[in-house]
Amino acid sequence: MSSIIRRTALGFAILWISLACLPSATRAQENPYIVAYDHYLEEPGNLEIEYFSTFGTQRGGNDFHAYWLEFEYGATAWWTTEFYLDGQTTFGDSTIFTGYRWENRLRLLKHEHFVNPVLYVEYEHTSGADKILKEVEGHDVESDYAVPNSLSRKEHDQEMELKLLLSGTHKGWNFVENTIATKNLSNEPWEFGYALGASRPLALKASAKRCSFCRQNFIAGVEMYGGLGDRYSFGLNNTSHYLAPVVAWNLPSDWTLRLSAGFGLNDQSHRFLLRWGVSREVPGFGSMVGRLFGGHK
Amino acid sequence: MKAIVPALVVTGALLVLSVALAQTQKSEKASGGPAASYDPTIYAELQKAPDKARNRPNPLQNDPEAVAAGSILFEQHCAECHGDVAEGTRKGPSLLVPEVQSAPPGAIFWLLTNGVVRKKMPVWSKLPEPQRWQLVRYIKSLGGPTPVAESQAPKP
Repeated sequence: MSSIIRRTALGFAILWISLACLPSATRAQENPYIVAYDHYLEEPGNLEIEYFSTFGTQRGGNDFHAYWLEFEYGATAWWTTEFYLDGQTTFGDSTIFTGYRWENRLRLLKHEHFVNPVLYVEYEHTSGADKILKEVEGHDVESDYAVPNSLSRKEHDQEMELKLLLSGTHKGWNFVENTIATKNLSNEPWEFGYALGASRPLALKASAKRCSFCRQNFIAGVEMYGGLGDRYSFGLNNTSHYLAPVVAWNLPSDWTLRLSAGFGLNDQSHRFLLRWGVSREVPGFGSMVGRLFGGHK
Repeated sequence: MKAIVPALVVTGALLVLSVALAQTQKSEKASGGPAASYDPTIYAELQKAPDKARNRPNPLQNDPEAVAAGSILFEQHCAECHGDVAEGTRKGPSLLVPEVQSAPPGAIFWLLTNGVVRKKMPVWSKLPEPQRWQLVRYIKSLGGPTPVAESQAPKP
């Protein structure tokens, strides 16, 4: 077990050192949300590599640390595609790979409006042991996560997830509302969920000097998310809900750090979810790959 | 283990997609390759700004730090496509041309806010309004290489 953790840690260390060595001229301006989505897509040709962790307390079972690696690519200015790899460690149990996801976000309108819709389509193939809680839907409740890995990993879920992302930015404030509809492809009913968020940079004007700790580099906000039942029992009964203050720190070196402390709002929710993430933008990734394969010299 | 195989397949598919897109993108940074040829139709988007947006004055017109701040923002967010000094690259047009330099600040602000998503220009409303106005100040401060009458626009 410890050798797996060591190898994983070494892999991540190599990945991040490699990324740190890449040339960089741009800076990400990322929102602080970890669950909710706004309407801003990845810039065309850029790749963003992100790592996120979720530490969760668990009543009736062992606490866990779930994590995922995310590759986000701006295919065009109106289409962003992402690939996820998920895993988790349940303390006193085991560390396992729990599946993958492929996500696409499509901007629906040409211009900026008061509210901007984005269509989100995701296919996921995960095991029942997946605990990243990237979204909460249907009747997902805390007790679902108390099952030992040896049992939960035997369950395999193939799901299609659709979201309508609504987002707008006014006077520096960004507001988002995500409506979630998920269909397990093994003949289970549609499940529903939501995510809400609001955030604002600590300063709206940019400084005339380069700096890491300037207020405009910090974006703070709050997000709330939870399930809304399924097709046959729509509503709040037997669902879980969370409220989480969030903050992002956009460093001039293209790195972004995010932190979120989530609190369960009812007895069906985990009491506490601590999430953090680190991401780095790789500008011009598409061009680099193109040149690698004999594109423009 | 079974789940890793499809994961690798999807990763491979994404890589191929990236390559395909990169090939069609004609993208090459200015410092590493020639600038885009002059194409007046690219700048037609500026003419689409509604009058209300076009007539908005820059609230930071008299801010002494706006150009310096805009210069840093430009380097961080715009130079990748438009070149280090806005001279244009294969990925994005020059901003030194008369069409941009003579455009009202409000029209440039409108274009930054809305992007031209069909032509790969992202929406930049994620930058707060004051930062977009700082960018406009910087872009307008570049002046451009030639006056309007001597521009490269085709003569009748």
